Amino acid sequence: MAGGVRQVDRSDVRKHEGFLRDGNFRWLWIALALCAVSIAGYLMIDAEPRPRGGTMYGYTLGTIGALLIVWLALFGIRKRAITTGVYSLKAWLSAHVYLGLSLLVIGTLHAGFHFGWNVHTLAYALMVLVIVSGMFGAAAYAVLPERLSANRGETTQRQWLETIRSLDSQLRDAAQPLDRAEADLVRLSTEQTDIGGSLWSRLTGDYSGCKTRRAVEELARTRRSGPANPSLDQIDSLLKRKQETLAQARRHIRIKTILEVWLYVHVPVTFALLAALTAHIVSVFFYW
Amino acid sequence: MGEKYRIAIVGSGPAGLSAAAHAASIGVSHILLEKTDHLSDTIFRYQRGKYVMATPAQLVLRADLNFDAGYRENILETWNGGIAEAKATVRYNADVKSIAGEKGDFTLTLTNGDTVQAETVVLAIGLQGNPNLMRCPGGDLPHVQYQLDDPTAYIDEHIFIIGAGDAGIENALGLAADPAQANVVSIVNRSADFSRAKDANVSNLMNARDAGRVSTYTEASPSKVEPGFITLEVPDGELRLKCDRIIARLGASAPRKQVESFGIEFTSANNDACPKLSPTFETTKEGIYVIGALAGYPLIKHCMNQGHDVVEFINGNLTLAPADEPILAKKLAELPGGRSVADWLELLREKVEILNGLSPLQMREFLMGAEVHFYRANQVIFERHAIGSSLFGVASGSVKVEINPANPAITVPIGAGSIFGEVGLISGRRRGATIRAAEDCIAVEIPRTAALKLMATSKEARDTVHRITTERTVLQIFGSGLSAADVAGVLAKAEVKEVKPGEAIIKEGDESYDIFIVRRGSMVVEREIAGKPVFLNYIPAGQWAGEMALVEGGRRSATVRAAIRSDVIKLDGDTFRLLLNRKPELVARLRSDMSARRRIGEFIDKEKDNFSGVLDYYTSVAKFLVDQGVGEATDVLLIDEKLCVGCDNCEKACADAHDGLSRLDREAGRTYAHLHVPTSCRHCEHPHCMTDCPPNAIHRGPDGEVFIDNTCIGCGNCQRFCPYGVIRMDKPPPKKPGLVPWLLFGMGPGPGEPDKAWKEANAKHGDGSHKQAIKCDMCSGIKGGPACVRACPTGAAIRVSPENFLSVALLDRGRG
Repeated sequence: MAGGVRQVDRSDVRKHEGFLRDGNFRWLWIALALCAVSIAGYLMIDAEPRPRGGTMYGYTLGTIGALLIVWLALFGIRKRAITTGVYSLKAWLSAHVYLGLSLLVIGTLHAGFHFGWNVHTLAYALMVLVIVSGMFGAAAYAVLPERLSANRGETTQRQWLETIRSLDSQLRDAAQPLDRAEADLVRLSTEQTDIGGSLWSRLTGDYSGCKTRRAVEELARTRRSGPANPSLDQIDSLLKRKQETLAQARRHIRIKTILEVWLYVHVPVTFALLAALTAHIVSVFFYW
Repeated sequence: MGEKYRIAIVGSGPAGLSAAAHAASIGVSHILLEKTDHLSDTIFRYQRGKYVMATPAQLVLRADLNFDAGYRENILETWNGGIAEAKATVRYNADVKSIAGEKGDFTLTLTNGDTVQAETVVLAIGLQGNPNLMRCPGGDLPHVQYQLDDPTAYIDEHIFIIGAGDAGIENALGLAADPAQANVVSIVNRSADFSRAKDANVSNLMNARDAGRVSTYTEASPSKVEPGFITLEVPDGELRLKCDRIIARLGASAPRKQVESFGIEFTSANNDACPKLSPTFETTKEGIYVIGALAGYPLIKHCMNQGHDVVEFINGNLTLAPADEPILAKKLAELPGGRSVADWLELLREKVEILNGLSPLQMREFLMGAEVHFYRANQVIFERHAIGSSLFGVASGSVKVEINPANPAITVPIGAGSIFGEVGLISGRRRGATIRAAEDCIAVEIPRTAALKLMATSKEARDTVHRITTERTVLQIFGSGLSAADVAGVLAKAEVKEVKPGEAIIKEGDESYDIFIVRRGSMVVEREIAGKPVFLNYIPAGQWAGEMALVEGGRRSATVRAAIRSDVIKLDGDTFRLLLNRKPELVARLRSDMSARRRIGEFIDKEKDNFSGVLDYYTSVAKFLVDQGVGEATDVLLIDEKLCVGCDNCEKACADAHDGLSRLDREAGRTYAHLHVPTSCRHCEHPHCMTDCPPNAIHRGPDGEVFIDNTCIGCGNCQRFCPYGVIRMDKPPPKKPGLVPWLLFGMGPGPGEPDKAWKEANAKHGDGSHKQAIKCDMCSGIKGGPACVRACPTGAAIRVSPENFLSVALLDRGRG
């Protein structure tokens, strides 16, 4: 008989909170305290001739900042390494966000508000870029999931693709009795369906070249001018259903893209930052 | 027919075949009488290609015929060959009508008038050879059949299946499976719902009906059969329908009347009773022996061993120990007292009340699946909150239950003969209290499946377990203030009721005051506010409802209805009143106990004007979750879609924590008010997947998780039984390169489950691995707990248990 110790701790729903609120904003407070201490130290220590990276205090801040940067960059591994042991990726992300933000203060104080056209300021600029992209990401994570969920309802990406495929085959069947020009209209839609498309389309949701839309528009024109045709009515309703599904799928893609696009800045610039940071440290110790 | 045989064996199922083969091999004169024109009709009738199991695995096969798990065809071939090789005397188309005479001189009369003379008779007729027949006019026409060998053999026919049990539904689905056969398949059910069949079969049937592949007629019965047509009696009259073939699957019954006419007595008047048998399988009619399914042994291996043994017994070898003797002896070896196996069996059977109804032979089989323990005084038998679903019976000595976790000194005794652990068995929940041996004691531990089987086969066992369970729940309602004697009157009037989903057992405003104990399933409590039902509470199995009206008086303050199909025990309110009048101190106690349950009611009363939106939210979310099976769950993964960014790290973590196969589909599943129930195991109280697992590979683990071990044979039963679609059949993908080679050099498919193309490109063929059932095991054995929750970066993935979640917590969430 196994012991009565409970290995799995179910989440207490009352304590259920997102990454920004994790542990009652524990990491926010830690980050704020770190900033407060750094600022207090900056104000109290009278660095000669003026505050900069080369003073004792500057080195201290620089070391803290460099270690933080490396540790923050390791989040990418933490996220993907499913190790055993008690850890919460949510707490890690919370720490990542708040400590990352505190770097703005620590880094700026380390530089002593002293910037120029050199590798040191390059590292600083890259760090700011990473942090700003991260702020965008955190904001997106806080706001967008609700919209993603509302748009998705209970359907999945695969279901959309299946719906579109099935609508296409229904369209092809329905187009059998049509004449050439009308059938070509339907073919516009069935032969080319853009859901993902370019990054621009995905981000803006602008699919102005959408063949289904053109098919709907031209079909409307044909129906206005020609005599009533029940097969065209059916095609019209099929095309409109396809358009709705496409619109829903594209909204989904758009939100998903926004949730991911900042990472294409955040991650590569992090690597650039690590390189610049290395150059900065090496140059400081060898050429200063 | 002048020859007199030493043994006449009636029936050529596994038991009869084995008896004939053994008689032939040791040269005992014998005749095997089979009523059809082929051997082993029951197996013969299995649908073509059915996989036949060989359980119990640890039992050695002691027969002259070979038998291994395998396909129906192979098994029949082996047996036919074996019987021919042994040169056993077989007479086909020999249906025994009557047996007359005494030991040494029996006359068996066949339906065709022939007679057979024999000194002894072995009845191995089983149960299946006796299907219930269609009794309407025309029911004996040649196109009415009672079996379906090969569903693909019929094309372009109008086929009616009569009887909507599992066999009927399986036949209907088989016939309708391939649209190219163009069969018009209908199934006729006498009742309004399909409650007799397994849920999985019913849902498959419903899908087939909705897809237009099978027509169903409910509350219908055939009234006339003509060539080419069938007439059905339906609620609003009669229907005459085109019909080329009728497959009647109306069940089978033990031919008890016939067996009794041979002079054989049964153990009791119950429907499921077996003939009274001696340890050598001899019935109350000297010289007639009963083996196999009729003796209460449905398993093929048992049957074959008995066939061997009975011939040995008749041949004078009375010292032959049964095949299971060494296994049983080993199980009993550690007990003090040094008795023989037979003595132990008799002692246990006599002392433990639930075993009283078993025959010595059934005891043997029972003990194969159970354990007997010896506990020293004060030794812990199990601890509070431990997971365990086995049932214990006290054979000697007594145990004590620590009813107050804060003070282990307060205990309640359970004496010899009684049982404990029944709560875990029935509700699938954790142990409620620590139990220790009060003195040196011997207890039988019966695993869940064995206990369920015991309850299914023995009415006495079933009634005893239910009586004791009810008694204990009633005592629990009143805390420690009452003794079993006090509640005897209440229990005598208790009745068990099955409640359909949605049916109310208590209605708000009624003036009743009966108490209901939920034995199985779960209930929701609702109150009507502004014309709308508001969800108040959730009552899982093992809890009770209705004591408030009893104690406080007045009308019912809320409605209690079943969330899923449930069993409740109704306890008479008047009898309870009498009891409470005698013990006024109990009323005060009950009042204080109820205060917590009353609080939510008061809370809702107070909030109803301010927060009607919150209440609506609360009620609708609670309803949604109960519909999604959370009501029968013990632990369920929910995704808060206000936080989920769709990164699928939960799925990747799941795959990486389990051989590269994810056990959850985040995107699939239902969503309500941004609360998403993904396709992932709910770890049900009564796991549907466990219903029919041939190798018994599904268990409940130490943390409440329902998991499948790797003895899984990949039959897919559990997948069909799971109403939530959370089980997949797959084999683990090849091992992939680690995270660092992937990060640095792009080696391998990266985190998560590899895609199909990579799996195929890297598959190792011929490593003997096969598809197995895969499902969530709550990351049992992995330090840190469920990987899906740990690996969620935003906190969207949470695991909850319904009793915690369907409560005020949800109200707080509604308020934001």
